[in-house]
Amino acid sequence: MAQFNYLNELNSLATIDGPLTRGPLQRWAKKTNNENMNPGLSSSVQNASNINVSSCNQSMQKLSISVNQSCNNSVLSSNKTPTRTDRKSKKTPSKNKSPGRSTTPTPSKASKTPNKGDRFIPSRSNSNYDLCHYMMSRDDDKNEEFAQTAVGEALGRALTDTEPGRLLQYTCKAPAAPEGYQNRLRVVYSQAKVPSTIKNTTRYIPQSPDRILDAPDILDDYYLNLVDWSSSNILAVALRNSVYLWNAGTGQIELLLTLEGSELVTSVAWLQGDGAHLAVGTTDASVQLWDCETMKRLRKMGGHTARVGALAWNLYVVSSGSRDGNIIHHDVRQREHAVATINAHTQEVCGLKWSPDGKYLASGGNDNLLNIWPIAQGQRYSQTQYLYSFNQHLAAVKGLAWCPWSSGILASGGGTADRTIRIWNVNTGVNLNTVDTKSQVCSILWSTHYKELISGHGYVNNQLIIWKYPVMSRVAELNGHMARVLHMALSPDGSSVLSAGADETLRLWKCFMLDPIKKKDVTEAKAAKSLLNMNSLFR
Amino acid sequence: MSQQQTKNCITLKGSAQIICEYLKFAINSVLFQRGLYPPETFKAQQQYGISLLISEDPQIKSFLDNLLSQSEEWIVNKKVSKISLIILNVANKEVLECWDFNVQYEEGDTALSKEKNETVGSKDVKKIKQEIRDVMLQVAATISYLPFLDCRCSFDVLVHAKTDCEVPDMWAEAKPIEIANAQNVQLKSFTTSLHKMETVVSYKLVD
Repeated sequence: MAQFNYLNELNSLATIDGPLTRGPLQRWAKKTNNENMNPGLSSSVQNASNINVSSCNQSMQKLSISVNQSCNNSVLSSNKTPTRTDRKSKKTPSKNKSPGRSTTPTPSKASKTPNKGDRFIPSRSNSNYDLCHYMMSRDDDKNEEFAQTAVGEALGRALTDTEPGRLLQYTCKAPAAPEGYQNRLRVVYSQAKVPSTIKNTTRYIPQSPDRILDAPDILDDYYLNLVDWSSSNILAVALRNSVYLWNAGTGQIELLLTLEGSELVTSVAWLQGDGAHLAVGTTDASVQLWDCETMKRLRKMGGHTARVGALAWNLYVVSSGSRDGNIIHHDVRQREHAVATINAHTQEVCGLKWSPDGKYLASGGNDNLLNIWPIAQGQRYSQTQYLYSFNQHLAAVKGLAWCPWSSGILASGGGTADRTIRIWNVNTGVNLNTVDTKSQVCSILWSTHYKELISGHGYVNNQLIIWKYPVMSRVAELNGHMARVLHMALSPDGSSVLSAGADETLRLWKCFMLDPIKKKDVTEAKAAKSLLNMNSLFR
Repeated sequence: MSQQQTKNCITLKGSAQIICEYLKFAINSVLFQRGLYPPETFKAQQQYGISLLISEDPQIKSFLDNLLSQSEEWIVNKKVSKISLIILNVANKEVLECWDFNVQYEEGDTALSKEKNETVGSKDVKKIKQEIRDVMLQVAATISYLPFLDCRCSFDVLVHAKTDCEVPDMWAEAKPIEIANAQNVQLKSFTTSLHKMETVVSYKLVD
């Protein structure tokens, strides 16, 4: 037996971080100790401690002392154990004792409470004291029975119940809401407090716009795309029947064109990487191509039967989406410009974006569909059969943006009845993430500096929200627009976002500014990247 | 409204009628305000000095008519203690919200009752209507804190009756309901001096 004790002691010593109370002997050992081993135990323990000391003595004096102590402790505790087991076996007496003990402290406690005056007094009219008393004073087994029969009735509800009685229902039920009906209060609830997921970021994001420009007469139409920012830092804005160019570097404003008669400009898009050529969609169902250096119109391309609300460039092909639901690919170099026509949507096409690698065209329509079109083999326009047609959005899909750093990742935003931003992987056709923004999504952009997105919203707050990708937590909200944020454009250096609101203002937000320290290496990396891009283009 | 007598007099039956009329408008208001059914199926109606919306759906109408006429009878006989309007998710039958209408029976005007040889109350009808209007306005205001019902919903009405209550045709016993993580809000109450009506809404707290 002694050697077991010794082993136990050693075990308890080995667990240095464990509490000393873990040291005591096992139950069977205690029992045997209790019965007749007491003299033997003390001797064996002495032996053990002696051995311990001798074994530890050589190297660590200090430790050996502590070991000694712990040995003593454990010895003590093992001596104590009999009394403990005594207590356990005589549970009832100890119980009887405890009230006697507690009587002394309670009076002082009781005297304290009134002074504190923080007692919770429930509304007396709500609670039925008779019932409460009745329930509490009922026989135990009866209570159990009751609990079993009315498990469903939560205690809180039971308290307000006047009497246990019968619960009746009329068996001819009222009909459920019609299939497919959506609670229209959704819009009202968009006012609900934004979940407090706004995370503190180390980055400083200015909460007010850097600049506000007037945009008189800008059309308040969700389905149009009226601003675009070129790589040469020129912003094109369509105001009713005119297109203005704002040089963001110099602040100079020029009038590019004014349409005749009652025609309106419905979309603008810069040729990528060039900054001189602008495609303009109009209500007369044509796409015009303008040279902004000479301020001259190069050509006018027809083909649609309704206004052209969305434009997207893929090198020398400009794709136009129209209210007639068609997408036409125009090869701007050819005389026969319409190289392909796709019957894409059953209603107006309002979102159209080519992926940065030019492999996919994403189109969103008022028919709540988001279609992905793969590029035709060896061409710069898409096939006429879609790769994916996503129907998850419950409203028009206007906000579309391709992730600049990860190919095949697309963000799309739905209108008032939908209010969600969805992230898609078009390589696999999977909806990676969905977030309810509680407000109409008018436009989406990806930041090129940060792993973030920014979205423009309508009713109620008319704010811009910056989202962390891929977790889609809110980073910041930019308030200021008095009406919905219809369009957004990212500056060529990626540091600022321009938002065009229905309140006839353009606001410039410096929300993606780089840290001055980090800036250097990022721009270097960017330069290298752009070189790579060039190489891939001119292969 | 009929010309008032020298002393106002509400019989037990009249009081039950007022209660059931209140229930009809309250239930319809809830159905409309909570967006359970398309708003175009509701029609505005002037009542209690405010315009309230009543469902035009024939099935809902007949359901409520049958339910309330039976309830009225029970209320007259003091068989009902509570009427619960529950809102369920159609997909999984989960109870999302519960509107409890607690009925308490009061003495009325004892002196007048003796005189007339039946239990009557003497509260001014105008006053009662005003009290009901206050409750109705509160019902309309509840959407400001009740959670959005983002699914296809249906409703049901449970009657908490006394044990000695007879079960008529087309009626059946129901199981008690439970709302997970429920939050209770008590609205204003009103009394006809014979019946006191307390309105409590309990809803599932989402966080």
